[in-house]
Amino acid sequence: MSLKRKDILGLQEMDVDEIELILQTALSFKDILGRQIKKVPTLRGRSIVTLFYEPSTRTRTSFELAGKILSADISSISPSTSAVVKGECLKDTVLTLQAMKPDLFIMRHQASGAPEFLANLVPACVINAGDGMHEHPSQGLLDMLTILEKKDRISGLKVAIVGDILHSRVARSNIWGLSKLGAEVRVIGPKTLLPADIGRLPVKVYTDLDEGLRGVDVVNVLRIQLERMKKGLFPSTHEYSKFFGVNHERLKVAKDDVIVLHPGPMNRGVEITPELADCGECVVLDQVTNGVAVRMAMLYLLLGGTDESVVA
Amino acid sequence: MSQLLLKGGRVIDPSQGIDKIADVLIRDGKIEGIGEFDQQGLDHVEDVTGKYVLPGLIDMHVHLREPGFEYKEDIASGSKAAAAGGFTAVAAMPNTSPFMDNRAIIEYVIRRGEAANFTRVLPIGALTKEMKGEEMAEIGEMIEGGAVAFSDDAFPIASSGMMRRVMEYCAMFGVPVILHCEDKSLCDDGLMNEGITATTFGLRGICNEVEDIAVARNLMLARLTGCKVHIAHVSTRGSVELIRRAKAEGTAVTCETCPQYFTLTEEAVIGYRTNAKMSPPLRTAEDVEAVKAGLADGTIDVIATDHAPHSLDEKETEFAVAANGIVGLETSVGLVMTELVKAGVLSMADVARKMSQNPAGILGLESGALSEGADADISVIDPSAEWTVDPAKFCSKGRNTPFVGRKLVGKPVLTVLRGRVVARDGMVV
Repeated sequence: MSLKRKDILGLQEMDVDEIELILQTALSFKDILGRQIKKVPTLRGRSIVTLFYEPSTRTRTSFELAGKILSADISSISPSTSAVVKGECLKDTVLTLQAMKPDLFIMRHQASGAPEFLANLVPACVINAGDGMHEHPSQGLLDMLTILEKKDRISGLKVAIVGDILHSRVARSNIWGLSKLGAEVRVIGPKTLLPADIGRLPVKVYTDLDEGLRGVDVVNVLRIQLERMKKGLFPSTHEYSKFFGVNHERLKVAKDDVIVLHPGPMNRGVEITPELADCGECVVLDQVTNGVAVRMAMLYLLLGGTDESVVA
Repeated sequence: MSQLLLKGGRVIDPSQGIDKIADVLIRDGKIEGIGEFDQQGLDHVEDVTGKYVLPGLIDMHVHLREPGFEYKEDIASGSKAAAAGGFTAVAAMPNTSPFMDNRAIIEYVIRRGEAANFTRVLPIGALTKEMKGEEMAEIGEMIEGGAVAFSDDAFPIASSGMMRRVMEYCAMFGVPVILHCEDKSLCDDGLMNEGITATTFGLRGICNEVEDIAVARNLMLARLTGCKVHIAHVSTRGSVELIRRAKAEGTAVTCETCPQYFTLTEEAVIGYRTNAKMSPPLRTAEDVEAVKAGLADGTIDVIATDHAPHSLDEKETEFAVAANGIVGLETSVGLVMTELVKAGVLSMADVARKMSQNPAGILGLESGALSEGADADISVIDPSAEWTVDPAKFCSKGRNTPFVGRKLVGKPVLTVLRGRVVARDGMVV
């Protein structure tokens, strides 16, 4: 099987078979990450451009490593070092880059929908590496891969996403991906950080952390951005941490074998206590490793690879 | 002596209670009579059998972009678009560069409109200098210069105190104040209607109360000051209801909506379609129904377009940075005929009221009727013409419409300005 699509813009538009194909392919690729020589010739001669309009360390590095392990040629562009600072509009930037004939673009952008705009303009493949408050599909997939590894299944699990749901593309990709694979998804956060009509997505909505965490198998703790405080969305990190901070005490109502995810970077002592962040239930480093595997799978499958011939 | 005979059409003029098959005879730019006329010896006869003959349509809310933004539209291209769309008069909003906030610019716009001579261009003056909401503009001077109404349009006056003062000042002259109702502090950088679609696609939402709160305040101030307030582009069920109640209580208020608000919902935005980005935003099906009900029961007096041409570059971009607004002059009649008349929401007499008689009354114009001796501004509409919206054929420089490819039934087929045929079959002559 291969992916029959040009772009990966979000998990909302993907069906269950496609998501499972990526996760299974990622599991096969993970083997390569454990080798001493981490290089396979799979994407030799294919060129990839990363276009990051927002700062990113882990996502960008993760995509770059994924591409390099598969022997693709990767060029990275960021607005601060490109013609964007000279006032070039997005359309001209991408048409210029397209003229250099890359096979695939990886884009992060502060505007929701920017990768879709790009995908409609260029014949090359496009992967959304996070757009505004919309989706972050590779993060959603790596979260799912981590859950799958730890729990052997996704269907039937109760997964709580805690924090700033309003601004979170991670939350949206998790909601779509997990619900499609049969998990019960809960969102927990202060009313001011829950988007309008969120209850019409396939989720249960809570503003009480204890109630929302009751009986869950997985907790995905989102990063709380301090600039939200200045916009009057919550009063202080102190109060946020008191009502929505996740720690061992609050997790007592969850399943005994609960695992804790965080997309990073963490605000230790705010949305998650340092003790919890550093303990065995917290799988953030597994998420990072799985991120490379998932992104290898995305690149590989989009550029025409099939699951029959994964490990070279 | 030049004559024009419009032969055999269904003549509709609610101001005189006329709805009958008749000929309209025009001589030297004036309406000579409505009745049966012999076409012998007349040099220009148009057979309009099976078509509606209405008083010239008036679009009281357009952006012609001149001076300053001629790359989007200019008064000549906008006038042609108006004529092609069946409009014999348009009221132009003052958010130009420089702003239409003084008499010289008002007179300039009028001169440019007369030079183009495809439609009547009626300037709307700014309420405050540079539309900043701080100091009152020279409203009296602009009235003498020919401004027909006043508005700060999309830069609504936030301060209730300032709004009260401009209303009081305008009430003294009896000129209408047109208000774009938006509480910007509640809007909070919103990009589309708040709700499931905005949440799903990660776009900041604009709740209905952004409009409703501003409408409620402005209705109260209208009542306090006695100012003739006209609420622009009503988009929410809440503001329809607020205006309905205010009218019942005797407040001197009128309002308009636009075809997009009785035709499209927020779902038109899906796919980050920037041609569905506008202010106010497209709302939900419930709001669309409320707007239609408001049109049907007379709460909504006027159908305008908020014609807002933009260049391709301003729309072919990320949704967040795309310009607000759509062109409307050349699709308005088709949408009204298809969505309202064919659907049984409005009669043709209602259309004549909301697109001619009422805007003329609000703006204090002599037009809006087919009276004997009046200037012959006439719009002929073919109710059965089927056509497909193709922006490449627009006279407007703007191509930014969410109605591309839409099949419509009903079309403006003849536009007569002061007795002269200025457009035929959707094209200027």
